[in-house]
Amino acid sequence: METSEYLDLYRQMVLIRRLEETAAELYQKGEIGGFLHLYIGQEAVSTGIIAARKPQDHIITAYRDHGVAINVGIPANIVIAELLGKATGCSKGKGGSMHMADTSKNFWGGHAIVGAHLPLATGLALSDHMQKNDAVTVCMFGEGATNIGFFHEALNMSKTWGLPVLWTCENNRYGMGTSPERASAVSDIIQKACGYGMPAYDVDGMDVLAVKQMVSERLEDIRNGNGPQFLEVCTYRFRGHSMGDPEKYRTKEEVQKFMENGPIDRFQKYLLENQIAEKGDLDQIENEAMEEVEAAVEFARESPEPDDAALYEHIYAEEYGG
Amino acid sequence: MAEITIREAISQALWEEMERDPKVFIMGQEVGVWGGTYAVTKGFLDHFGADRVRDTPIAEAAIVGAAIGAAMNGMRPVAELMTINFAFVAMDHIVNQAAKLHYMFGGQFTLPLVIRAPGGGGRQLGATHSQTPDAIFAHFPGLTVVAPGTPADAKGLLKTSIRSNNPVLFIENATVYQQRGDVPEGDHLTPIGKSKVQREGNDVTLVTYSKMLGYSLKAADQLENGDGISVEVVDLRTLRPLDMGPVIESFKKTNRAVIVEEGWRSYGVGSEIAARIQEDAFDYLDAPIKRVAQKEVPLPYNARLEQMALPQVDDIIHAVKEVVR
Amino acid sequence: MADIVEMPKLGFDMAEGTLVKWVKAEKDPVQKGDVLAEIETDKATVEVESPYSGVVFKHLAEAGKVLPVGAPIAVIAAEGEEVDLSQIAKPSVSKETSGQPVETQPYQSKVEEVPAEEESGEGSQAMTTGGFVKASPLAKRMAEENKLDLTLIQGSGPDARIVKRDVEKALESGTPSKRKEIAKPKIVSGQDQVIEISKLRAAIGKRMLESRQTIPDFYVTYSYNTGSLMQMREDMNRDLPDDERLSVNDFIIRAVALALREFPNLNASLNGNQLTRFGDINIGSAVAVENGLLTVVVRNADQKPLPTISAEMRAMVARVKNGKVRNEDIEGSTFTISNLGMFGVEDFVAIINPPEAAILAVGGALQVPIIQNGQIIIGWQMNATLSADHRITDGAEAARFMQKLATFLEQPWRLVQ
Repeated sequence: METSEYLDLYRQMVLIRRLEETAAELYQKGEIGGFLHLYIGQEAVSTGIIAARKPQDHIITAYRDHGVAINVGIPANIVIAELLGKATGCSKGKGGSMHMADTSKNFWGGHAIVGAHLPLATGLALSDHMQKNDAVTVCMFGEGATNIGFFHEALNMSKTWGLPVLWTCENNRYGMGTSPERASAVSDIIQKACGYGMPAYDVDGMDVLAVKQMVSERLEDIRNGNGPQFLEVCTYRFRGHSMGDPEKYRTKEEVQKFMENGPIDRFQKYLLENQIAEKGDLDQIENEAMEEVEAAVEFARESPEPDDAALYEHIYAEEYGG
Repeated sequence: MAEITIREAISQALWEEMERDPKVFIMGQEVGVWGGTYAVTKGFLDHFGADRVRDTPIAEAAIVGAAIGAAMNGMRPVAELMTINFAFVAMDHIVNQAAKLHYMFGGQFTLPLVIRAPGGGGRQLGATHSQTPDAIFAHFPGLTVVAPGTPADAKGLLKTSIRSNNPVLFIENATVYQQRGDVPEGDHLTPIGKSKVQREGNDVTLVTYSKMLGYSLKAADQLENGDGISVEVVDLRTLRPLDMGPVIESFKKTNRAVIVEEGWRSYGVGSEIAARIQEDAFDYLDAPIKRVAQKEVPLPYNARLEQMALPQVDDIIHAVKEVVR
Repeated sequence: MADIVEMPKLGFDMAEGTLVKWVKAEKDPVQKGDVLAEIETDKATVEVESPYSGVVFKHLAEAGKVLPVGAPIAVIAAEGEEVDLSQIAKPSVSKETSGQPVETQPYQSKVEEVPAEEESGEGSQAMTTGGFVKASPLAKRMAEENKLDLTLIQGSGPDARIVKRDVEKALESGTPSKRKEIAKPKIVSGQDQVIEISKLRAAIGKRMLESRQTIPDFYVTYSYNTGSLMQMREDMNRDLPDDERLSVNDFIIRAVALALREFPNLNASLNGNQLTRFGDINIGSAVAVENGLLTVVVRNADQKPLPTISAEMRAMVARVKNGKVRNEDIEGSTFTISNLGMFGVEDFVAIINPPEAAILAVGGALQVPIIQNGQIIIGWQMNATLSADHRITDGAEAARFMQKLATFLEQPWRLVQ
């Protein structure tokens, strides 16, 4: 990898972190409404995955989607504009935090119903399979979603039809407030893939380079026509499930322990120890990220609200043509 | 013009559209090898191949969900649910995903997908296999819901639905696949969202659709010949978007309406039609608007009880006589 | 540099929170991210981090206070910085709170003008002349448009509802009749007028009340055939100038006076058990004035010929009308006559004028068919009612008086003897 590539990975993770922290502040000020699910602590997962995928590969995820949004290249100001419900948002203000998307970048959202996007991922892969596209669908979901019916149907169908899907489970140890030990018959998530005859792997989600490496290998494998595979990415979220989570289900000590060895700190240490970058470079990236986020907030605040007419737009598409 | 059955009409529509556009494909339970549990896709597998005629596991959420995913990315799937009773297993994907994805993502992609599902009762299949929950699906903005009542409309509406860029729930009736009717030759298309007067009359307007269209026409004949009551029959054909134009026009002429549906009366299609008639044509009301519908019971297995619960031609005749009193 | 910390929104449906306790006290240094306070929502107690670094300059709310989301709770300043607290806005109602004051308009009852004509239009209520009419909306509209009265149409629908065919039938057969345009008058409420009654009215009232309360009066009505009297009057007036013409009342005054000669009880006054039969027969005649009436008196009317009575009456009435009435004009009446004949009154009952014994109420002379010698001819009839004091007289005497009066009124030549 080139130095610039390393720094870009660092930049993306820092940008996500700053954006999420700022989003939390905006939420507490009442400028963001509804639910807000922060990706803080999991930055290495989406960054590594997107770094590994090819542009034609699809990415679809659940509602903790701001990280993926930044990684695929949606500008920070468009993300924050969407959080503020403005017309300049990536979903024109009509989706909100949980429904970020940019299909021009093959990012299919941002989905709020737990597990419901898994069958959609099967369908994306089906369409590539039928159109003989050289593309793999990466479907990200939490370990909580492995317990819902849609998981079973989607994985089963993908394997039955040999579809190109990388089923990527972000195991951040808590489905809302419930750990897999309390929710799953089989809490060793990677084992769930056995029921579908899929090859299953796991990787440390706090290590962005490890994630990138593993995902690259999996995608290569799948692209060669070997059917769907399962990847468990072990990670941790430093904040609650969403804003307002009193976090009664875990101790402060546990959180503290993970925060002390978080993905950004680790990567920073790696870059410095391996002399890929100097502290000054990293500080500069920090500052630039902060500036970018601040400018994004300003952009979003000054952006216009959607017109009243937007209420009725996009209920139906143009009937025919195309 | 050819006289064919509804089954043949649907089959022809599918075949013609699959020939016309390679992006169109079918997925559902037993659509391939079996040829479809209602024999609609008989012969398709041999002709189009397993790639485009896909037998699926029993997994309705994945059937609809995968169809949505495929539609998102360039294909034009026609997913089949063996019956509309099984749509509830895929409820989330029909009403939360299919109906809303275009809207929620600000119009970034379209969903040119069709979900075919037969409904209706009368074959002693028991309560969970005999429902007509059309009104539930018609409730959701973003979804297109059509329900043809003649072979011509079945063929024309299915072709139009497949060509549409919006997700369409195409509701068939499991007990009238053999109903015959004239269908124009050639590339016959029926517009979505257009009601049609299927029979003209002056005294009462019958508003109906799907299987109940046939019942209504039969009742109309009997009323004309037996009682000299002239009945106009308006066929909705599409439930959402609802075309009230011909209904109101007819009502302004007859001043009396009876709505006939196979679903239950409470919160049904008739509720919507009646509300709209009195909203838009209040001063033309000469009698209360009546609804003929299924009795408010889960449909029983016993043959006689089942027929008691389902709306019959006599119920329609009785209701018409009530409103002309 | 002072920064204001606001009550944070900690959940999607949070509107307000309780500041349970301050973790950092005033004057404590604080870094961004340090726990500043504990806040309780209705779901949980949450530690809130400071968004700013510096020194806690001031707590803007005390522990235990409930504040809406967005309300300022603390000021963070730089080390040693002084902050002018008056610049900080008071905790205000945030846009989130559910307690938005609803502006209510005070209820204003509108005074509705009742239109003189009904308008027919889309959806207008069918006007009925009264009560609820059961008719279909279509029938109502058709009736409205054709100005038919629904209450007059028979309904043939269920429950006798009026339906289209009933209105059509009514239109065809032309019945029921078209509804009259009832021009409703514009009702304007009147103002009460409060006035002091005149002294005269008060005086009359006092006397009339006294009369009613003390005198047991009874009434006798008699019909007089005044054909001859009317003729004689006409004959006599032919030779008189206009300002000397005799009135019917002049004749009545003389007739009554002459009759009273034979009925001294009716020309009397009772005081306790003492009855004073007057020596003179002074006939009082009620004359209308503004705000009341006066009784002008012809003294010794039984001794004065008709022209004299007439002249006196004329003069006194003139004086009354000019406001120059003399005392002797209105004093000394022993018997009163009240005549409403000039107003077309057929008969009426008058209240006795105390301390008199009786009063005669005279109606107008009217042309009526009468029977004379077995034939129906046109005659003149005049009714008079005597109100008499039953302590002094009785029905028989009163009737005989009325009968006696007839000889004078019906044989008027007796008045000129």
